[in-house]
Amino acid sequence: MSERIDPPANPPVNPPSEGHLVPRAVATRTEMLDPRPAPDMRHGVVGWLRTRLFNGPVNSVVSLVVLAVLVWGLTPLVQWALIDADWIGTTRDACSGEGACWVFISARFETIVYGFYPDAARFRVDITLALLAALIAWLVIPRLPAKPWVGAFALVGFPIIAYVLLLGGHFGLAYVPTREWGGLMLTLTVATVGIVGSLPLGVILALGRRSKMPLVKSLSVVFIEFWRGVPLITVLFMASVMLPLFVPDEVEFDKLLRALIGIMFFWSAYMAEVVRGGLQAIPKGQEEAAKALGLGYWRRMGLIVLPQALKLVIPGIVNTFIALFKDTSLVLIIGLFDLLAIIRSGLTDTNWLGFATEGYVFAALMFWVFCFSMSRYSQVLERKLHRGH
Amino acid sequence: MSTHISTDSAAHAATASAAQASPMIEVQGLNKWYGDFHVLRDIDLGVGRGERIVICGPSGSGKSTLIRCLNHLEEHQQGRIEVDGVTMTQDVKRIEQIRRNVGMVFQHFNLFPHLSVLENCCIAQTWVQKRPRREAEATAMEYLERVRIADQALKYPGQLSGGQQQRVAIARALCMKPEVMLFDEPTSALDPEMIKEVLDVMVELAQDGMTMLCVTHEMGFAKTVADRVIFMDQGQIIEQAPPETFFNHPESERTQLFLSQILGH
Repeated sequence: MSERIDPPANPPVNPPSEGHLVPRAVATRTEMLDPRPAPDMRHGVVGWLRTRLFNGPVNSVVSLVVLAVLVWGLTPLVQWALIDADWIGTTRDACSGEGACWVFISARFETIVYGFYPDAARFRVDITLALLAALIAWLVIPRLPAKPWVGAFALVGFPIIAYVLLLGGHFGLAYVPTREWGGLMLTLTVATVGIVGSLPLGVILALGRRSKMPLVKSLSVVFIEFWRGVPLITVLFMASVMLPLFVPDEVEFDKLLRALIGIMFFWSAYMAEVVRGGLQAIPKGQEEAAKALGLGYWRRMGLIVLPQALKLVIPGIVNTFIALFKDTSLVLIIGLFDLLAIIRSGLTDTNWLGFATEGYVFAALMFWVFCFSMSRYSQVLERKLHRGH
Repeated sequence: MSTHISTDSAAHAATASAAQASPMIEVQGLNKWYGDFHVLRDIDLGVGRGERIVICGPSGSGKSTLIRCLNHLEEHQQGRIEVDGVTMTQDVKRIEQIRRNVGMVFQHFNLFPHLSVLENCCIAQTWVQKRPRREAEATAMEYLERVRIADQALKYPGQLSGGQQQRVAIARALCMKPEVMLFDEPTSALDPEMIKEVLDVMVELAQDGMTMLCVTHEMGFAKTVADRVIFMDQGQIIEQAPPETFFNHPESERTQLFLSQILGH
């Protein structure tokens, strides 16, 4: 039973009648509604404060309490680290004892950065670090041209240049044995090699583990499970102490090289599992479509599956990089003095006893700066790669 | 449920004779098992050049599996498959050679979400057929215009509707200039308004003489365009006949039951 309705301008479908809703049997809209702006929402800082922190009596009180705790907790730290601190000077006498004595750091700064690298040759480290920074900047800053070329140079040309510059022995450059490397430059060397080496190796292992070829699969599984199963300390220890036992006397493996290989293999096993998680998440249809178009295995992986999979697991990959960076400290176990070890060795210097706090705070800050930079960049990268899917 | 397609349907009588010429696809004694489950049983099928075949049947009848065997997305355990004179073996080179000649359109489109529409169409041309970029893009734009989606060339698949994505998928497959096109339920994931736009493209493709095998539930499409309709159930071909015979005088009881269900509403 339908009711004939003469259509008014914007007929309501359920007009209230005598205080309750009476649905009509037939109703038709004759004019489409135009979109209207959303109701006035609170904008800006004040709006944010109102909505997030002070949007009710309980929340307001909680916010105030948390704020008070923060102020109470952070003020002494800021007081010690910044306000009462001593920044300028060359010897221990410059430390007044009230706040942090950053003179400890500034006086030993050269050792912290270069380790035991001979003075005369330090410019080579400067060149290498500057080149590394420039390459990273070029690749990271958007809209700069020729990134694939720069990337290729960074992966192939730069390691060779760094090797020649840092180690020396050719082109008239003095040979600097790796046991004289130390401090920040050693940390960066180990971390960079580890990061740049573990990702491709991890990808290969992940693909190998997913392969249907039994030999490839077994080798990948064995590699991953072995290197994942032993602590990094034992890896470094075994590399340093045990490897010479298995190798003929004439062959001498540079200590740093052993550490680099051990670290790279160890982290590639972790990376492999992270990447494998990403590969599993890509719908089978993607590979099928790529197959149907005639793309071979490596093209399918390189052009279709891996770009999507790696993008998916950027958080996991960067996590692994950050862990790698921090774990470079473990090279202490084989007698290499990275950033942390150099700072600690300064604590035993008789001129500078008692500044352990400043040392460790500085070391923590340095690590944090590098790790947070990686983390920030990963978020930028994720946002850039988000293309609506 | 079938969508009415308005088009002149002059074609299929003429191309029925194509089957007699050298067959495009030959399947002999095809058997496939998923573990213990015998999914394809003694399939014999010949497809002529320019022939349009619609495969229908209930779920689980093996129709998708059959066409997926034709480009080796599924592996068969027994039988022989020959596509355009190339026999399918385990050899990767052979398989890729066949795949270059066979285009496929999937139920869930399977566009590459990290590439734009244009790049989706160009990627296989550049990397498989080694065509220079400019030529690949020209071909891509030509086919995108043919499926009437050229204006979306720089968009990403995530920004398109289902019907638009499927049309891009068809263009992408066509850019490889295949001899055969396989359609695996191309409209099953689309809502009714979009089904028509995709079917129109497929009808045009059929009228231009493309050899097509289409698994679909769109019986209107079958009536308009197919040279032969094949009914499968339980992994076997139950009946195959030109549409007039198939829809009006089906022989097998199983076919009749299926038709009554699918055409009944």
